[in-house]
Amino acid sequence: MSDEHDHDHSDHDHGHDHGDGGHTHPPQRDHDAGPMGAYEVMEEALRLLLIEKGVLTDAEIAAQIDLMDSRSPALGARVVARAWTDAAFKARLMSDCRKALAEMDIDIGQLAEFKVVENTPETHNVIVCTLCSCYPKLLLGIPPAWYKSLAYRSRTVIDPRGVLAEFGVKIPKSQEVRVHDSTADLRYIVLPQRPDGTEHLDEASLAALVSRDCMIGTALPHVPAPAPNGRGGTSPSAKKKAGGRG
Amino acid sequence: MRKTKLRADADGRAVHDVGGLDFGAIDRTEHDLALWEKRVDAMMILLYAKKGLWSVDAMRRTIEDYGQQTYDKTEYYEKWVRAMRNLLVEQEVLSRAEIEAKMAEVAAAHVKGGRKVPSHTVSWS
Repeated sequence: MSDEHDHDHSDHDHGHDHGDGGHTHPPQRDHDAGPMGAYEVMEEALRLLLIEKGVLTDAEIAAQIDLMDSRSPALGARVVARAWTDAAFKARLMSDCRKALAEMDIDIGQLAEFKVVENTPETHNVIVCTLCSCYPKLLLGIPPAWYKSLAYRSRTVIDPRGVLAEFGVKIPKSQEVRVHDSTADLRYIVLPQRPDGTEHLDEASLAALVSRDCMIGTALPHVPAPAPNGRGGTSPSAKKKAGGRG
Repeated sequence: MRKTKLRADADGRAVHDVGGLDFGAIDRTEHDLALWEKRVDAMMILLYAKKGLWSVDAMRRTIEDYGQQTYDKTEYYEKWVRAMRNLLVEQEVLSRAEIEAKMAEVAAAHVKGGRKVPSHTVSWS
């Protein structure tokens, strides 16, 4: 785990972005007013005791929260876009994820291995953690609530196509669906397929196509709408040529 | 919401071993974490990854040892903070008595400040 977290707070806020448009969502609990949960009381009591005893400091806790806030789907999207545009980087990312991420100054620590699984015309990958909530947090940030839900954990391994359909992702019969069950020691990240018609886009524009769910496997990168000036747009019919199997 | 009855098909499984069962439709509502949840996340990681007070496996074991009732009806960071409390006692960093006294103190301070605080406590087992 990196202790280094010296980014400048002045030029960005710590609002989160799930890669789903950056809008904000209601908190799970209102922590400023209203009734307080017994577990919230427990958190405060443990924190005060740990600080009193010198086990932790306020600053350490704040720095760790900042570190996690700095890990986000946007960071993962930058990695995907780099892999799409730099074949040598992609090869390194596939063979040694930790080392390749370090090239981009992303430190994932030593606690767990990360493994990238690549979507292809033949294979669609989706990640889950049936036993708990293992997730590439140090790249993508804290997982969404549904990833940790009993419903997602239980069903993804037995009915992946049904689960994906619930997310609005229809996988053709000709494409195999592979489910990767993560563990505390090995966490997966999906490398989505670069959409057709994005040849003209630079790395930053490509990253903007990649949402959090694309890297879980429960979404596909969306093809950008044709540019208003008619340049660089993609014809929907261009996609038709792809799936000539079955 | 939680289809606990479906665990009837899960003969002999541990409480966390849910792969292949069917807990129904996925609630895809997005939630921001509350500040207390972010703090629990941060403290847990610091205590095991940085201070080395326990391993991730010990944390998982603590959560996986919850009975089915507790496991199914507590939320994610509720499970974590409860595990952290129990591990801090197990590792003799804190005692039950001092945690209970501090929780009473925290609750009293919030009541005084006008917030509602539940009177029930969270069992240790």
